[in-house]
Amino acid sequence: MIGILLTAVAYSVWLERKVSAHIQNRWGPTRVGPFGLLQPMADGVKFIFKEDLTQPHVYKPLYIAAPIIAVVFAITSISVIPFGNWVNVGPIQVGNSPDLGSWGTYLQITDVNIGLLIVLGITSMGVYGVALAGWSSNSKYALLGGLRASAQMISYEVSLGLSLVGVLIMSGSLSLRDIVDAQAGRFWYVIPRWNVFHGQTLAFFIYLISAYAETNRTPFDLPEAESELVAGYHTEYSAMKFAMFFMAEYANMVTVSCIATLLFLGGWHGPLFGPHLLQDVLPVFWFCLKVFAFMFIYVWVRWTLPRFRYDQLMAFGWKVLLPLALANIVYTALVVALRAQ
Amino acid sequence: MFHLILFLFFGAVCVAGAVNLLVQSHPINSALSLIVVMASLAAEYLLLGAEFVAAVQVIVYAGAIMVLFLITIMLLNAGKEDRTKGSRIATLLGVPGVVIGGVLVAWVLIHRSDLGTVGLGALPGDPKDIARLLFHDFLLPFEVTSVLILIAIMGAVVLASRPDAIARPHPIPPVSEEERELAAAGKDR
Repeated sequence: MIGILLTAVAYSVWLERKVSAHIQNRWGPTRVGPFGLLQPMADGVKFIFKEDLTQPHVYKPLYIAAPIIAVVFAITSISVIPFGNWVNVGPIQVGNSPDLGSWGTYLQITDVNIGLLIVLGITSMGVYGVALAGWSSNSKYALLGGLRASAQMISYEVSLGLSLVGVLIMSGSLSLRDIVDAQAGRFWYVIPRWNVFHGQTLAFFIYLISAYAETNRTPFDLPEAESELVAGYHTEYSAMKFAMFFMAEYANMVTVSCIATLLFLGGWHGPLFGPHLLQDVLPVFWFCLKVFAFMFIYVWVRWTLPRFRYDQLMAFGWKVLLPLALANIVYTALVVALRAQ
Repeated sequence: MFHLILFLFFGAVCVAGAVNLLVQSHPINSALSLIVVMASLAAEYLLLGAEFVAAVQVIVYAGAIMVLFLITIMLLNAGKEDRTKGSRIATLLGVPGVVIGGVLVAWVLIHRSDLGTVGLGALPGDPKDIARLLFHDFLLPFEVTSVLILIAIMGAVVLASRPDAIARPHPIPPVSEEERELAAAGKDR
């Protein structure tokens, strides 16, 4: 699973480079493999063999711990994310009974009944990687980047969490599998019964915007604004330590896209057709397609919107997104309560 | 059995983190030890079966409040604290006092309390149970607590804002000709 995630991370870097290039009317990576598909591998090897500099002025224990913290929390959160429904693997003899039971598995590592809270908890711990990197580097650009990142991440975590509450009210569960199952079916046989079409459109956009700020992506990439802060919190990092921050950022993007898919876009639900084997594979395909679409939008937004100013960022988070998210909760709760009567 | 070992392990980590918090001379290290204490407490809750409380412990304490601590320490740029040897009376009387106090508390808790014990994984941890407790059985204390927190927030706002901003809620009228033009154009200086 970690292997899959890290491959996804590597190829989202490739995707980002390719899409950015095409948006700017360039070709992007083409030299390594067909369409530059082996570029992530070449990058990985390069990161490992680069010289790992440790500046003399850093506070060493935390300087080394920070990238580890960032990448560990970014990768751990994937463990509770379901990426498909029950899959039958094959018939199996159960005990001495004559009938064949079927053996299969849920496509998920652990199913916890508070899965969503666990993801939120783990991602909220990821702030420490950034904050400690900024502080322990003992340089002004890194410190400013770290401070901006931690302030921004805890501010937008509020509206991010609150935007999910509407979905939770509608599905009545914190388990990611139950939330997806509540979105099965269609309206008038055409529109899927996903939460984004089911009264949670506003919450979806609040979530999307807060998620961009949480992962420090444009237009909220102030922590690493290269025109003012060199590279922000990871200015002093090189080689694999830098690569760990890079991996953490993209792993967070993947996790955030997964959550958006599960909560608002119906997870693995999609049209099923064809033979039995295809029907088993299609849910995973739909899930991956939706996550891929989110990753694409990330890059698209990056080259479309300019960066916010810092006061605009804070005002937008606290004065626009937070009231909207609260209003959405009240509205959803009222509708659900009235319907229940 | 495995759960018991894990429980004892996280208990030991928690105590070690708390001791480290006091021993460390650098504020950042102390704050990080406090995060370790919070996180291992969350693991203890999880092992007892209170999943929701564990998740909230991580999100609120370890994930939000401690980040604010950390930002404050980073902004103040607090250095290492100066160490004195400490007074002799404190060592002579304090350490035995702490030991005696700890033993007394443990003894009372074990022998003289009516509190029942709870098995590993037996606490009601379902979010529904907790919601029923908070919004049904203890609704009034819950609401009163929220008002209390609101008062604290307002107090913090009053303390943090400058006194003249409270006395004069309206912006000072522009004085010079240039400023008046800028204000009329809706621009800030």
